[in-house]
Amino acid sequence: MEVLENETIRVWLEEVKDPEIPVLSLNDLGVITGIDQDGEGKVTVDMTPTFAGCPAIDHMKNEIGEVLEKNGVSDYHVRVSFDTQWNSNMISERGRKALKDFGLAPPPKHNLIVDLDIIEHATCPHCGSKNTEMKTPFGPTLCRSIHYCHDCLNAFEQFKPL
Amino acid sequence: MNQEAVKDLLYKMADDQLILGHRNSEWTGMGPLLEEDIAFSSMAQDKVGHAQQFYNILHTMGEQDPDTVAFMRNANQFHNCQLVELPNGEYDFSLIRHFLFDHAEYIRFTALANCPIKDIANLSKKLKSEVKYHVMHADTWIKQLGTSTEEAKARMQASLNEALPYALGIFEPSKHEQQLIADGIYPGEAALQAEWQAVVEKVIAKTELTLPAWDSLEPVYGGRYGTHTEHLQPLVEEMSEVFRLDPTAEW
Repeated sequence: MEVLENETIRVWLEEVKDPEIPVLSLNDLGVITGIDQDGEGKVTVDMTPTFAGCPAIDHMKNEIGEVLEKNGVSDYHVRVSFDTQWNSNMISERGRKALKDFGLAPPPKHNLIVDLDIIEHATCPHCGSKNTEMKTPFGPTLCRSIHYCHDCLNAFEQFKPL
Repeated sequence: MNQEAVKDLLYKMADDQLILGHRNSEWTGMGPLLEEDIAFSSMAQDKVGHAQQFYNILHTMGEQDPDTVAFMRNANQFHNCQLVELPNGEYDFSLIRHFLFDHAEYIRFTALANCPIKDIANLSKKLKSEVKYHVMHADTWIKQLGTSTEEAKARMQASLNEALPYALGIFEPSKHEQQLIADGIYPGEAALQAEWQAVVEKVIAKTELTLPAWDSLEPVYGGRYGTHTEHLQPLVEEMSEVFRLDPTAEW
């Protein structure tokens, strides 16, 4: 039997996107925390939610399973755990660009201490201005906050730093 | 490690989150501002999600599955403090409760991030970062309304006075308190309460509201062991109405 590389599995998983941000793959979102094989053909994919109450987690888990099956892996386990705790610094550079192109401000990089100073003045994804204000730290999904740009006069959303 | 003691701790945390999550969700469509409608709805979603994660851990310890635990108990089987079951009242009361409860929660998760039980520590690290947003939201409004018009200040003060004895009930000692402390699971309710009082004092000091002397307050205990107000049973019935129509349904 041909040896399956974990990297190959990671490439397959590229087609699984965040259902709420369909331009962002789970790989780039940073929620796939491990891919493992036991030597007998069983594949384990570890993932962790962005927010513990994320309602999309079962959907993403099922999609991972479908991709594995489509590529001929029938023995697999998608394990959701908090062993690695997701934070927004785990979004890849490519993911950050995808967010911006989608019209969502990428989360500011932080030292894992998020305070009002970090979230108050997001960079507008439309015009790049920092002359913005946060309207509310909560938005249409758990992972987004709502902001307003005083330069281009657009409301926009930011993927929250966490 | 005493399993019963740990379960007791997890149940009270999970039940607090579930019940307050449902109270928060009652603001959906009713918030005084669109932003606040969204804020309380988001916090509701967070809290119900947090409850589910703690019920998941309980399930790995032999308790029933999360849906059964959440929806098939009666009020006297819930371990939540009475603070979280009180009706939303007007917006000032909901805000004050949110402020008092979420600071306690943030301190609790911070402490439990060092819990020797890996699943509890990992989850607490995660939830702590989420509850940070709840705390920031609460503090912003407490400062804003606590320094606002006479009516705003009077309302906030009245709600604060009403909520404080219930808020002290968050820290009702567990019957396993000494065991949990001895096992290093967490520092215990008294330690959390001391830290919480200091934070509450610090935020309130930035407003024109006043705090009564802590020792003048009579904590409302009982919630941790099934003694609840008349408000919990109707909430539980409403929350579980659909599930109980057909507990075996596949959703």
